[in-house]
Amino acid sequence: MSAATPAVLPAATNVGSPGLNIAIFALFVIITLAIVIRASRNNRTAADYYAGGRAFTGRQNGIAISGDYLSAASFLGIAGAIAINGYDGFLYSIGFLVAWLVALLLVAELLRNTGRFTMADVLSFRLRQRPVRVAAAISTLVVSFFYLLAQMAGAGGLVALLLGIDARVGQSVVIAVVGIIMVGYVLIGGMKGTTWVQIVKATMLIIGAFVMTVWVLALNGFSLSTLLGSAVAASPKGEAILGPGLQYGATTTSKIDFISLGLALVLGTAGLPHVLMRFYTVPSSKQARKSVEWAIWLIGIFYLFTLVLGYGAAALVGPATIAAAPGGANSAAPLLAYELGGTVLLGIIAAVAFATILAVVAGLTITASASYAHDIYGQVIKRGEGGADAEVRVARMAAVVIGIVAIIGGIFANGQNIAFLVALAFAIAASANLPTILYSLFWKRFNTRGALWSIYGGLISSIVLIIFSPTVSGGKVTAGKAASMITDPSIDFHWFPLANPGLISIPLGFFLGWLGTVTSKEHNEAKYVEMEVRALTGAGAEKEVLRH
Amino acid sequence: MSNDALDREVAASDAGSRYAEVQQSAEFQDLRRRFRRFVFPMTALFLAWYFLYVLMSSFAVDFMSTKVFGEINIGLIFGLLQFVSTFAITIAYVRWADRHFDPAAEALRERVEGSAS
Repeated sequence: MSAATPAVLPAATNVGSPGLNIAIFALFVIITLAIVIRASRNNRTAADYYAGGRAFTGRQNGIAISGDYLSAASFLGIAGAIAINGYDGFLYSIGFLVAWLVALLLVAELLRNTGRFTMADVLSFRLRQRPVRVAAAISTLVVSFFYLLAQMAGAGGLVALLLGIDARVGQSVVIAVVGIIMVGYVLIGGMKGTTWVQIVKATMLIIGAFVMTVWVLALNGFSLSTLLGSAVAASPKGEAILGPGLQYGATTTSKIDFISLGLALVLGTAGLPHVLMRFYTVPSSKQARKSVEWAIWLIGIFYLFTLVLGYGAAALVGPATIAAAPGGANSAAPLLAYELGGTVLLGIIAAVAFATILAVVAGLTITASASYAHDIYGQVIKRGEGGADAEVRVARMAAVVIGIVAIIGGIFANGQNIAFLVALAFAIAASANLPTILYSLFWKRFNTRGALWSIYGGLISSIVLIIFSPTVSGGKVTAGKAASMITDPSIDFHWFPLANPGLISIPLGFFLGWLGTVTSKEHNEAKYVEMEVRALTGAGAEKEVLRH
Repeated sequence: MSNDALDREVAASDAGSRYAEVQQSAEFQDLRRRFRRFVFPMTALFLAWYFLYVLMSSFAVDFMSTKVFGEINIGLIFGLLQFVSTFAITIAYVRWADRHFDPAAEALRERVEGSAS
């Protein structure tokens, strides 16, 4: 198998046909745009714009959730990490999957029953509205912003590989085009249109990965053991790629770092605002449960595919070729597609990768714009008297602003180490959002001070720890460049040893939530009783918008 | 205070007393107890199982790299078992919720909403 490796080497910097890649991608945009326009004909109310009229079925929403969740980081990143570092890449996917049990058991249904459009709806239900809404909206915007930036920055790297655009200006133009199309989806389609884009994209992604997986297994006599053997033969690291430790096993610090990452991954998912918002698009808590059930199956099966794809890329393409390609580890899956099915399969996988970025960015934009319009404008500035139409108008304007910010941020972040942006988004979600969500759903005594301390404490501690961590400055130096956001090894202001702040900031978020609560006497028994009954029974929950 | 506002206030306190009444009922207390008795231990279980895996991957590398058959080692099997346990817990919870939780929750919901109309 490894004999195939040298053959691709010369062409590796410019594989496939950029024209074909663009054509397939354009086709995807046209088809989804048509679906978005069709789906949005009935968009009238705020529930239509924010929650797709709550008319999606659990299965549709589950597919859309997997579309939202299987971002470029999951698809390209995990396959690449497995191809290069073997087993340690696999560890990521397990954290991302197990995390869904938190959402299934503790969050999805109760949240659907008590909230209307945003995470803040639930958090502020029995607490003092304005301060809690502001805190929850800030945290939503920060998490969405970092997640958004990572996606946009990733788009730049993909462009280099897939469209053969190496010039920075050209990449910036593509980032801008991605941003503009995404804002178009959100403005025209609202949540309904965005959801359909997710569904189409998730279907394409899972089918594409399935075909490649079967193909790789067929080449290896449908034996996982044979495949692993070929991967070992092709990898300069040999047997080590089959066991843990290549990426994280070097020192005790890096091992603790991995535990910190594992904690953030497993607790972050159920605190991601764009994931939470998806639960409002179904008519009932039973359908919310069904959504997560579908999402777990699809995401789990997809990660099993990436295990095969990652080792397949190591065996068929070779880690040296992957590392040398523009886009580095992220190019493992596209290069494997080229190796298997030539230009056409590469074109399809390239289009799927772009669609992935587009769809995830659209989902993030609608979440951030809804949080601004519904929480800050509607409830805090207008105190709930602004009217739903004005709120939706503000949300559309916010979507445009967020789109512009994402384009500019993406152009600046292009080529940056994006892993820390995603890690930061998960760490903030787990430290600032999850403690407040859980306390508010399960702890009777919980109150406003606890919520504020927990949200701001989790938010600030995770950002401060990241700034002074090796991800921003003072990372491991190789060939005169530090493996940090600031690559200049002479600039080093880090004092926090871990790349991921979760191990400190998540317990701190929980602790501050407890401390704030027990030092304040506030308690609204009537609202608590109402929330508890509504959360468990679904009484008074927002209904589906009916069409006649 | 206008009549409308007064009406809203009365309706709200009506609803409030219905919520309180349902919340204090034996059926609701039982539903909450059964729900928590299912989800809390299950959460503790899968988190412990997951962190056992994470810790072993970090600190028991040699054990995890032990080959079982062919190129398949303990680490890979352990990782795949995380998938199996996640799917199994999902199936178990959905089955429990559909069979035992939903009917009881539905009956209580009707008690809150039914008397409203």
